[in-house]
Amino acid sequence: MAISEAGIRPKPIGGLELWSWVFMRLSGVALLGLALGHLWLMHMVHTVEEIDYAFVAERYGATFSFWRWYDMALLVLAMLHGLNGVRILIDDHVHTRRWRGVALSLLYGVGGAFLIVGAVVILIFQPQLAQAIP
Amino acid sequence: MLHRLTGVGILLFLCLHILDTALILWGPAAYNHIIQLYRHPLFRPLEVALYAAVLFHALNGIRVIIVDWWSQGSRYQRVLFYVVLLIFWPTFLYGAYLMLRSLWQ
Repeated sequence: MAISEAGIRPKPIGGLELWSWVFMRLSGVALLGLALGHLWLMHMVHTVEEIDYAFVAERYGATFSFWRWYDMALLVLAMLHGLNGVRILIDDHVHTRRWRGVALSLLYGVGGAFLIVGAVVILIFQPQLAQAIP
Repeated sequence: MLHRLTGVGILLFLCLHILDTALILWGPAAYNHIIQLYRHPLFRPLEVALYAAVLFHALNGIRVIIVDWWSQGSRYQRVLFYVVLLIFWPTFLYGAYLMLRSLWQ
């Protein structure tokens, strides 16, 4: 589907494309707070100089700490928003049926693998004992 | 189009960020080593570029939503783009200053 002069895809009439259109806008607004909040906290309030193993261990202290949920929401929404965005790029730029299939399979396979790795790390990380931290 | 370019860039960084964060499962030595790389002076401009990409994508995304939902939106989409730039530049410069301040403090 071509984009308009304003660089915007017209609102789909119905079906899955309409859900995709609504999802991009809702997740976009959520990510506005989550992603900019994450950047602000980790790169401006704190800086990359302060971040190390001990810093993350403290943030992720409890198994179900607030920051695990925050990071999980950010990871899942950002990945789905990004993958759906690239799916739309493939729709717009890959025109043969065969290559579209290849591109979409790669996108879902690789994207899904990254999403799973990220989610597993957020869920299973258990900080090592304090004496192990240099 | 800049919205698509920044979007793809952010997605690629997200994948890199998943890999570097995954190293935390290998313990303090591995994780602190990779973070050490991010502190390298060569990486700091990339950190600022990532911030610029996220900020632009966020503000332009709001413009897209306004153009969609406001009946007069498409008529003012060009004006709205200038509004995006007007908000972008001061916010970007202040944020970039905060990010890099440790370099000269």
